Amino acid sequence: METKAFQKIYTQLVGITKATCSLRAQGVANEELAMVHGRLAQVVKIIGDVVTLQVFGGTEGIPTNAEVIFYGEPPKLKVGDDLAGRFFNAYGEPLFGSTDVEGSPKEIGGPSVNPLRRKQPSELIATGIAGIDLNNTLVTGQKIPFFADPDQPYNQVMANVALRAKADKIILGGMGLTNDDFLYFKNVFENAGALDRIICFVNTTEQPPVERLLVPDMALTAAEYFATEKNEKVLVLLTDMTLYADALSIVSNRMDQIPSKDSMPGSLYSDLAKVYEKAVQFPDGGSITIIAVTTLSGGDITHAIPDNTGYITEGQLFLRKDSDTNKVIVDPFRSLSRLKQLVIGKKTREDHPQVMNAAVRLYADAANAKTKLENGFDLSEYDERCLKFAHDYSLRLLAIDINIDIDAMLNQTWELFAKYFTKAEVAIRQEFVKKYWPAEQ
Amino acid sequence: MKTKGKVTGIIANLVSVEVDSPVAQNEICYIYRGGVKLMAEVIKVIGKNAYVQVFESTRGLKVNDTVEFEGHMLEATLGPGLLSKNYDGLQHDLSKMDGIFLKAGDYTDALDYDVDWEFTPLVKVGDEITAGCWIGEVPENWINHKIMVPFKLTGTYTVKSIVEKGVYKIKDTIAVVTDGDGNSINLSMEQKWPVKMAITAYKDKPRPFKIMETGVRSIDTFNPIAEGSTGFIPGPFGCGKTVLQHAISKQAEADLIIVAACGERANEVVEIFAEFPHLDDPRTGRKLMERTTIIANTSNMPVAAREASVYTAMTIAEYYRGMGLKVLLLADSTSRWAQALREMSNRLEELPGPDAFPMDLPAVIANFYARAGLVYLNNGQTGSVTFIGTVSPAGGNLKEPVTESTKKAARCFYALSQQRADGKRYPAIDPMDSYSKYLEYPEIIDYLNETIDAKWVETVLKAKNFVQRGKEAYEQINILGDDGVPVEYHDRFWKAELIDFIILQQDAFDKIDASTPLLRQKFMLDLIVGICDNPFKFEHFEECSTFYKGLINSLKQMNYSVYESEEFFKFEEEVKSIINERKA
Repeated sequence: METKAFQKIYTQLVGITKATCSLRAQGVANEELAMVHGRLAQVVKIIGDVVTLQVFGGTEGIPTNAEVIFYGEPPKLKVGDDLAGRFFNAYGEPLFGSTDVEGSPKEIGGPSVNPLRRKQPSELIATGIAGIDLNNTLVTGQKIPFFADPDQPYNQVMANVALRAKADKIILGGMGLTNDDFLYFKNVFENAGALDRIICFVNTTEQPPVERLLVPDMALTAAEYFATEKNEKVLVLLTDMTLYADALSIVSNRMDQIPSKDSMPGSLYSDLAKVYEKAVQFPDGGSITIIAVTTLSGGDITHAIPDNTGYITEGQLFLRKDSDTNKVIVDPFRSLSRLKQLVIGKKTREDHPQVMNAAVRLYADAANAKTKLENGFDLSEYDERCLKFAHDYSLRLLAIDINIDIDAMLNQTWELFAKYFTKAEVAIRQEFVKKYWPAEQ
Repeated sequence: MKTKGKVTGIIANLVSVEVDSPVAQNEICYIYRGGVKLMAEVIKVIGKNAYVQVFESTRGLKVNDTVEFEGHMLEATLGPGLLSKNYDGLQHDLSKMDGIFLKAGDYTDALDYDVDWEFTPLVKVGDEITAGCWIGEVPENWINHKIMVPFKLTGTYTVKSIVEKGVYKIKDTIAVVTDGDGNSINLSMEQKWPVKMAITAYKDKPRPFKIMETGVRSIDTFNPIAEGSTGFIPGPFGCGKTVLQHAISKQAEADLIIVAACGERANEVVEIFAEFPHLDDPRTGRKLMERTTIIANTSNMPVAAREASVYTAMTIAEYYRGMGLKVLLLADSTSRWAQALREMSNRLEELPGPDAFPMDLPAVIANFYARAGLVYLNNGQTGSVTFIGTVSPAGGNLKEPVTESTKKAARCFYALSQQRADGKRYPAIDPMDSYSKYLEYPEIIDYLNETIDAKWVETVLKAKNFVQRGKEAYEQINILGDDGVPVEYHDRFWKAELIDFIILQQDAFDKIDASTPLLRQKFMLDLIVGICDNPFKFEHFEECSTFYKGLINSLKQMNYSVYESEEFFKFEEEVKSIINERKA
């Protein structure tokens, strides 16, 4: 952003911390942008004539006589069709030497949708992964994170989901992404020939952490443009929201705020909700769906970040390495899509809800059998069959490298039922059993 | 003359204002940002500086911006037409706002001032009246909306004039009353009341003495909630809190439902918006929406208005209680409200209490819950506000401050258990951890024994005991293995499972099972406890589990059948024959 003529330049800072600096200035508006010593900053606090700025690029090397220029407006992103197919940094500046975006500037982090003007989500998003489509069906306008340990291949799964979902635009918001992962996303999107549908806003680990705070707002402002102006189905990928929350805690810490649980700011719930609640089904057909990643430490979901996230999002997806099949699977017990009820058996085949529940119940019986085995108790014949079923079920349905349509998933599950169980053990409504139970061979 | 001020500091939605004349704690003010008015509330005053929490985003606000104080606290607008409305936390009508996105400062009227209401007077000239007296009524949906003497009036007044029966608009003067000194006051159908104060224009608040049917068996049978009482539902995410609350709001035997969606997911509110206008109210045959008012402050709406939303909802509930109605108020979730308090307390740099919540949190929660209750109005009729709040404990830990404080204030506790939810045993209300204090109230025990059955409470306690013994047996089986315990332990365990599967578990998505009337609950409980009373003998534990599994299957079909239908009795016969076979 260029400076305008006759702008007042301040040259005396009265305080500097690791993330903020303050100075005396007049007529400054809350949340407006400023340039401090060539780095972008935003007003976060005004007390009398002392203005505190959050410096996105960090305050390293900023002298007390640094030049400060106020822009008189909050952060904006130029939105237009020209955004498509491009890569941006956290400030919305094009990367890889591409030209400026043509479009009209729009404030980021804008107002919320009137809840009364939302539409109830009802459109299914097919991903080909049975652990998702069959057990935890996603719906447009939904917000759902992957809860995963850092060693799990969540970025790969997310990239797959994004490419297979029939979205008009895929917007990636990368926060604290390693450069390797960023290049991975870039390659996958390029190889899939999907670049014209992709928009990326990226803050990598090589860049200052506070910058990340801009990324979700940038990505979602672009998403709102395509969803409201073009009535498009937009899929927003946010990875990794744990690093976003960490950046929030850095800033609140530097501003001397009293931390609440797990050193997180007391406003963590509202801060995360502001991002996730941008997921919406608009009445005119456009939608914003958010798939995010929240990395856990040692699978602990009681930590403030996943805990608050779970209360905000519409379910969560858990990845787990299944030692029996040596595959990464979508955990059917801990994963949940709260909106699946809106589509399963309605937009998908009628037997979907019952087949899904029966399979998960039998998989749970297998888990019990396994515990019995580990505790040295004898297995019944039924237990043995459950274990065999669980093995096939994980391999042919839960594994994340599956790519089939939902009818095929249902048929495969019926086949497994018939292979290992009696009709009574499966206990599905009679009319479905008549219709779908595979014929004896 | 209104007090004026100018902005001197801004930290997120906390703004300090230098004022030129007196201001009151909790006084409402408007901050002028360019051409937009932003509503705010005074929460602290030091010297000439008033600290206000702004109910909107403060982006773009500057030092020296003008502030105008209103001279009153945050008030709810009360009058005919509140039902079926969808409000934001400050009672602005969401349906009157233009555009898809909410705009800061877009404040719409709570009531429709151009609608005609058919007014029938209930007092005559010369009558003496006090605050809360019914001076007339208008039909609103299916209720007789009573027009009451404003709660703000103190002392006794005399009716000087009252309009004839006819059609009037809300702001028309419908009566003139005079006070002891002969001063006249014009009354319309509308009145205002500060939301943070309880409406106390009633004669007496007795202990609750009757129960409120919800159709949810694990509540009505096991831990009943009394009319005019308070309950709360804590549970980790994914335990079915929202489904349970929606079930209660659809089925409860209340005249009106006020739902405060406080800091929760927008799509959940959308579900209510989408479904309630189509769902039938089984009691009146009309649409559920006709008896429902929704206060929506979803998690992405301004934080300060979240706190206001529960108070606004309570005030509307108290207003309808004054008409002699049974009101059920649901708030999902009170934790979000507590978090809003925490955010402000933090910005005010107050010394924090546990988990950084403000020190007075327990008192704030207790005061709020105390506003519920069954009351005798001045005319001898009863009205009630029953309040059920949900709590979202951080990390599922029930020892956190909001749950602890609420536990001290509420009389019914419905603990949702992660374990039950994982096992898909819904509703996930834990039968052992949950409690209803009302089962200890002699007046409630008498009421239950009179209205349901002379032995009802005894039977319920017996059932609870079976569940308790089953749980203990289960722990032993887990430690010692299936054949490490006497077969009798398996029998105990399965009796508890029988009660769990048939009484406690209920399918909220099944047309028939979703709601069970008390009479049917009694029938099933008697049947199940009757079965449990039998000392069955088994040779082997597998024989035991096979017997009970078959029994559960047939009893479940009873739950899914229309009560007292042919099908229902057919399954009952099936159950009887399974038992007789066993006894033989």
